[in-house]
Amino acid sequence: MINASLSQLASLLADKKISSVELTQIYLGRIAKLNPALNAFVTLNSEMSLADARAADARIAAGQAAALTGIPVAHKDIFCADGWRTTCGSKMLENFIAPYDAHVISQFKTAGAVSLGKTNMDEFAMGSSNETSYFGAVKNPWDASAVPGGSSGGSAAAVAARLAPAATGTDTGGSIRQPAALTGITGLKPTYGVVSRYGMIAFASSLDQAGPMAKSAEDCALLMNVMAGFDARDSTSLERPVEDYTRDLQQPLAGLRIGLPREYFAEGLGADVAASVEAALHEYRKLGAVTVDISLPNTKLSIPVYYVLAPAEASTNLSRFDGVRYGYRAPEYGDLTDMYEKSRAQGFGTEVKRRIMIGTYVLSHGYYDAYYMQAQKIRRLIAQDFEAAFQHCDIIMGPTAPSTAFNFGEKADDPVAMYLSDIYTIAVNLAGLPGMSVPCGLGSNGRPVGLQIIGNYFSEAKMLGVAHQYQLATDWHTRMPDNI
Amino acid sequence: MQWEIVIGLEVHTQLSTQSKIFSGSSTAFGAEPNTQASAVDIALPGVLPVLNKGAVERAIQLGLAIDANISRRSVFARKNYFYPDLPKGYQISQMELPVVEGGHLTIQVGDVEKVIRITRAHLEEDAGKSIHGDFHGMTGIDLNRAGTPLLEIVSEPDMRGSAEAVAYAKALHSLVVWLGICDGNMQEGSFRCDANVSVRPKGSTELGTRCEIKNLNSFRFMERAIEYEARRQIEINEDGGTIRQETRLYDPDRDETRTMRSKEDAHDYRYFPDPDLLPLVISEEWIARTRAAMPELPAAMRERFVSDYAISAYDAAVLTSTKAMASYFEAAVSAAGGEAKICANWMMGDLSAALNRAELSVEQSPVSATQLAMLVRRITDGTLSGKLAKEVFEALWQGEGEVDAIIEARGLKQVSDTGAIEIVVAQVLADSPNQVAEYRAGKEKMLGYLIGQAMKAMKGKANPQQLNEVLLRLLAQ
Repeated sequence: MINASLSQLASLLADKKISSVELTQIYLGRIAKLNPALNAFVTLNSEMSLADARAADARIAAGQAAALTGIPVAHKDIFCADGWRTTCGSKMLENFIAPYDAHVISQFKTAGAVSLGKTNMDEFAMGSSNETSYFGAVKNPWDASAVPGGSSGGSAAAVAARLAPAATGTDTGGSIRQPAALTGITGLKPTYGVVSRYGMIAFASSLDQAGPMAKSAEDCALLMNVMAGFDARDSTSLERPVEDYTRDLQQPLAGLRIGLPREYFAEGLGADVAASVEAALHEYRKLGAVTVDISLPNTKLSIPVYYVLAPAEASTNLSRFDGVRYGYRAPEYGDLTDMYEKSRAQGFGTEVKRRIMIGTYVLSHGYYDAYYMQAQKIRRLIAQDFEAAFQHCDIIMGPTAPSTAFNFGEKADDPVAMYLSDIYTIAVNLAGLPGMSVPCGLGSNGRPVGLQIIGNYFSEAKMLGVAHQYQLATDWHTRMPDNI
Repeated sequence: MQWEIVIGLEVHTQLSTQSKIFSGSSTAFGAEPNTQASAVDIALPGVLPVLNKGAVERAIQLGLAIDANISRRSVFARKNYFYPDLPKGYQISQMELPVVEGGHLTIQVGDVEKVIRITRAHLEEDAGKSIHGDFHGMTGIDLNRAGTPLLEIVSEPDMRGSAEAVAYAKALHSLVVWLGICDGNMQEGSFRCDANVSVRPKGSTELGTRCEIKNLNSFRFMERAIEYEARRQIEINEDGGTIRQETRLYDPDRDETRTMRSKEDAHDYRYFPDPDLLPLVISEEWIARTRAAMPELPAAMRERFVSDYAISAYDAAVLTSTKAMASYFEAAVSAAGGEAKICANWMMGDLSAALNRAELSVEQSPVSATQLAMLVRRITDGTLSGKLAKEVFEALWQGEGEVDAIIEARGLKQVSDTGAIEIVVAQVLADSPNQVAEYRAGKEKMLGYLIGQAMKAMKGKANPQQLNEVLLRLLAQ
């Protein structure tokens, strides 16, 4: 049951082999057993989950089921969900009960999916290891001494440990793809604007994008059918015809030109990761694809550009957490300024404060042109790199992360080393392109390796097909950690 | 030394949209605190702004009315600062690329016309209100106003003295009300002015250090604040001091300005383009559609009144001071079948006086344009003398009915029957032999006496011109 695909679960539900309530209870039971060690979920509410399940069962009985009706889905705790505590991994929102649904949440509600719980994450999505969560780090199900990646580490671990059939994540600089790679699951960051950001707590507005995290590309396609779509409440949401993301799953790959950016196979890439990626590319050649060498010359600039732009946007996105209307307020304070200072000093963690400081600095009078404006210009160059590359290939592949999951504490005290673990994922966000991570092997330490697939704008359906064909030919995506 | 006062104004006009600039909440004034504040207005985590097209349309209208450039692409920026009634910790405004650039407004001070250049106008959201004093030492926050659309209109420092500043503010006020883009209610804060004031030696072309004066919520306060501030700066200069650039607050109770914050404690607002909003792109088609829906502007209407109705420029200016006044005038002229000059005189004379006395606007006038037109018709067709017409006007004002009914009921019809007048005049002459003799002996002012007697005998209803003719004829016999 826990290894069933979403369409298999849907069939079981439709055939009344199992009810949504039963299915939900199976997962709640697994969570009760395994979550204390993994810490993948920060908030559970079995009453609300089971109420969703009962409603789904009624809908199935009435013959009105949609593709995902009755299927439990875990949500990253960055999405506001009406009546659910929504913390964004921060003390600042430790007791915040959202009074409304994010667009992504309401899409799943409309589809009849069950909200299984809220998953742990780096505080305000700022982190690559889940170590910045106020609620403690998530453990990687493959190895309790390893990080699960971040910031969507809770969602990734939940799917990897089969605590949820599927989960939602968000990706600002790699926060879906990197944890997917580090936990051996499949995750997709769509083109910027495809999934509405309404109700998703903002980190860096021009980069944030929600996407699915699941056991396979096929499952991700079904989840995309629910998540994607125009929403008038998000001005950056794109008004496009509704797509069926499963439409290209069966497309053969003969003649597919795969671009291999030489900058992604250079110094800094772990040998075991490189070997797994090479093996995956070999598999693709067997499926009829051809590989071409390409260059993304500004790749090395993506990290400094990102660490100007993302903190700049974050520094003002997080100004609303001021202790005035909701969220944490310091218990003792003098005047108004003191109230702001103490509430924010006590409510935010170190990494969040670091980024607020960086962002405030780069937007300050006298520094704006040198940092923010300059970074915007380079951001355009990075997007142009991809545009040029896609003249020579249909899709780009490479490693998702330079190494397999690192150990807790390994990079926690060295922010720059931590930032470098997103070297292959960040440029995709800066360009607004869609990117995926697909499991493609195990590293020398037995931890999973992710293959990154980068498509052109709005080519999610094609990417999912490319990933699905690989998953039909290989079994890496079915590998599971022991002891779950 | 002779000093010249230099003033530029920044005016925040609250736009007359039903809903807020970035959310669907109502903008109505005076509701219970926080009842018009949605998730977006209180800046819950995750919410996003969506631009209200109505606010943009109003900005386009202003731009067209002042002959400005409508930016085909403008950008919303975040202005960052912390304040309890600023829910997001930043205000969405426009900085580098405002929606309206350039433009000008003509003002009239006495007999002199002057063109004031307008630098820019940009869209932004209002903050909420902090309420002090009612909460046992705590501060209350009302976010009903948060997100109300504002158009900030910034002038060049083209005004020289408080009279010009007030004339500009009044002209702008009249224009935005005329366009219907702002209700102009200064008590409710719909039209708020800040003045940048500096002084310089007369003849100098360099600008002096300026102070920005806030809280000018009436034209009278603006005038007094500018005068006080200019005097203060001149005194400092004459005492050999230097003006500090600062923001000052006008206190109407003490009639003075005082320091609010100096340039040194000015915020670094860290403006940058708001990534939640796409650049605002305005198409030619949108501009054309907005232009087509705009009312005729006061300047164009003034010119048309002068050429079409043959009234003076002064009369035309008075009659186009508000759109309601102009509509009243055109309705009256149309119903009176012309006679624009008489209609204008009545409006600017008796009607205006009565409205002022009753503190009513022309929209609230108890005498309608068609009633005034009928009154004018009865004057021009000889039914009423000027004097009787005033009596009818009074009765109209009191609501005694329509013009003809009043004339009938009060028996005010003018006598234009020459035969009837002759009988009365002959009797007056017969009764006043001495006066007649004096007149004939050359004492011409006796004529006035005789007219008075005849008019009195006819209870004032004689057609004055005919009475005059008859009297002269009989005296000449």
